[in-house]
Amino acid sequence: MATEPHALLEIRGLAKNFPGVKALQGVDFTVRRGEVHALMGENGAGKSTLIKVLTGVYQRDGGTVRLAGAEIGADSPKAAEALGISTVYQEVNLIPHLSVAENICLGRQPTCFGMIRWGAMARRAEAALARMDLKLDVTQPLSSYSIALQQMIAIARALDVSGKLLILDEPTSSLDEREVEELFEVIRKLRAEGLGIVIVTHFMDQVYAISDRITVLRDGQLVGEFDTAKLPRAELVSKMIGKELSQVPAIQHGAAEAQTKREPLIELRNYGRRGSVAGINLSIGKGEVVGLAGLLGSGRTETARLIFGIDKAQTGEMQLDGQPVQFSSPRQAIRAGFAFTPENRKVDGIIPRLSIRENIVLALQARRGALKTIPRKEQEELADKYIKLIGISTPGAEQLVVNLSGGNQQKVLLARWLATEPRLLILDEPTRGIDVGAKAEILKLVQSLQEQGKSVLFISSELEEVARDSQRVVVLRDRTKVGELTGNQISEENIMHTIAGHSHGE
Amino acid sequence: MGSNRFQKREVRWWHSLVWPVAGLALLLVFNLLFTEGFFRVEIRDGRLYGVLIDILNHGSKVMLLSLGMALVIATGGVDLSVGAVMAIAGAVAAQLINKDGLPFPVVIVAALAVAVLAGSWNGLLVGGFKVQPIVATLILMVAGRGIAQLITGGQIITFTDGRLTYIGNGSLLGLPFPVWLSLAMLGLTVALTRKTAIGLFIESVGDNQTASTYSGVNASTVKFLVYVFSGLCAGMAGLVAASNIKCADSNHAGLFLELDAILAVVVGGTSLTGGRFYLAGAIVGALFIQTLTTTMYMRNVSADIAPVPKALAILAVCLLQSPKLRGQLGAIFSKKPA
Repeated sequence: MATEPHALLEIRGLAKNFPGVKALQGVDFTVRRGEVHALMGENGAGKSTLIKVLTGVYQRDGGTVRLAGAEIGADSPKAAEALGISTVYQEVNLIPHLSVAENICLGRQPTCFGMIRWGAMARRAEAALARMDLKLDVTQPLSSYSIALQQMIAIARALDVSGKLLILDEPTSSLDEREVEELFEVIRKLRAEGLGIVIVTHFMDQVYAISDRITVLRDGQLVGEFDTAKLPRAELVSKMIGKELSQVPAIQHGAAEAQTKREPLIELRNYGRRGSVAGINLSIGKGEVVGLAGLLGSGRTETARLIFGIDKAQTGEMQLDGQPVQFSSPRQAIRAGFAFTPENRKVDGIIPRLSIRENIVLALQARRGALKTIPRKEQEELADKYIKLIGISTPGAEQLVVNLSGGNQQKVLLARWLATEPRLLILDEPTRGIDVGAKAEILKLVQSLQEQGKSVLFISSELEEVARDSQRVVVLRDRTKVGELTGNQISEENIMHTIAGHSHGE
Repeated sequence: MGSNRFQKREVRWWHSLVWPVAGLALLLVFNLLFTEGFFRVEIRDGRLYGVLIDILNHGSKVMLLSLGMALVIATGGVDLSVGAVMAIAGAVAAQLINKDGLPFPVVIVAALAVAVLAGSWNGLLVGGFKVQPIVATLILMVAGRGIAQLITGGQIITFTDGRLTYIGNGSLLGLPFPVWLSLAMLGLTVALTRKTAIGLFIESVGDNQTASTYSGVNASTVKFLVYVFSGLCAGMAGLVAASNIKCADSNHAGLFLELDAILAVVVGGTSLTGGRFYLAGAIVGALFIQTLTTTMYMRNVSADIAPVPKALAILAVCLLQSPKLRGQLGAIFSKKPA
């Protein structure tokens, strides 16, 4: 490809190898001034690697990178920042205990003879936030704000660097719809200012709402660059996965009567905790998939934490098989046959520097106790079985989990719980930040669990998923249950209506 | 399949041992070339004598400590109190052995039991009350020598009981008894952690405590137990130390040995941030440190400046373990002059 006159960033023939893996091979990627460019591909396609090479986290093994015509060899995040490339990563990568102002200015605090000028820093942080129409007390610690706001602050931090190129890696995965729209407004404004913006996201709607062009990667190689307007969705998906999209058949919603008569596995009555969830009523039948829908902060995760014994309920009771139970730790919940994949898998889920095998056997081994050791051979068989069954892509079970992509880490977590043969599986945002293929596999898995008579509590912000895969949907708003949909009532639209407050169900 | 599995395991072993062993080997080669008589070993009265044997013998205290310390560090903690616990165990043994009529095993068990109690105190603070490990064990580090003084009544208590002095000075099949004791403890620790799932739990708690708790691992218990075990190891080292000099010296027994133990663990490849631990590495680390100390002594380096070359050698081993530095060194060596 020849050099383009408007190109801001030009990558040609980029290559990056890891031991045993060619993560990127001959990838071309061009971003023009004043465009939003979506970088698409499945997990392991090389999106994250491309971004990390670009920002200097990894050193490239081949190819050229030109920014505004000048060839660059970015070799550290600081150098990339200096060149005008700034990045907001998938998971908020700021420091929770520092103030908002410190987070925004970290690494480039205004100083006077080596002393930090706190006033100047606060003003600078406020200005950066004002660019996004946000007004916050910048002296408060970051952790006092919601994840969504933290994400916006992370973007403000990136904007604070007078950037030429802004990279957003899954920026919307923890934002609700209104916040996404606000973010898009900011993006459009920046685009009009002439910035080049690269966005990585798994939300198709958002790709079509905001991007001008799409570059698709697959298995570390370039599939092509396309005008968003000229690429139908179905075609995009098939380009990403390399074959026609095989639809996951939806669970039959009919015969609602039969489902409501299921024998309940657990029943919550007025179950709640101050500052967490106001007493909610919820029952999950044997072999039933119950969806839990609601906006961010509506109490979905909090409900899961109560059921799993991470937080202790203060009001109401929980019945398991008709018997009242009270868990004061996850250990007890696990003994009762519960399993929980947390929303934030990096922080609460994986044991990063242990192997896939060790991560998979951990919960089962913990339930059996330290002395009833699972023999090494059995551990290996267990690991190999689940690597095959759920399709974890890895050279072997002894790989460290930290080296896997997000989707594969999520699969390892699922394997950890499947190995315990749980009766109730609580999935909190199991498909967040995961590519289409892995998503479909995980949803398929949920269905097969349900067919085996296992119960699933399915928490997701993607209403489409909730609507398609649940037999009953419980809707939360403002930390309390506001409705329940069953059978034919379940649809994306009805869920949205219930969340919005047009009563439905109860 | 079987041999394949074996290989996988061996890879893990070698990975952790290559650099500490290389450091130790380098040190030995240096002594082979420049220190006369370093490798001379004689047999007298069915017992081996020589510098190498002394290194094994004197290194055994740090070897014992480093086993417990490795497990503590693997959970993301540290045990600063081991030196003081050594003094306590020695004090208890010396007091009891001088009382007539107490059977010898009771003396040993009592001394170790007090050390285990001390470890339980640390474990309770860290595991139960979530006190930061440095602070929690600092308390006993400071108070422990006072406790030992209380036990001995502020005196240095000497003893002559042959069974107690055997622990530090006896020999078995030619080798000093403490060496056998260290090897036995290494075997026991490896069996406890690698043949049961305790090792997995320790590493998972050290690597990600929240995720381990959510997976059903009882993190508090795991932490409690590693401090108890560290206390036991310190108790044994304390018996060896007291037995060596045939007296309980509360002020000097095990002084600063906690630092040597931490260094041995780190030199052995275990990260201070917790996670994977390497017991054999810790043992090699302890030998490395003792060899250094003995080398200084043999080369007549004055005790005042001996810590400086010692620090430099340890720094070198730690740098060798840094993947970043190793990568850069590799790059330099692979570059062929044009």
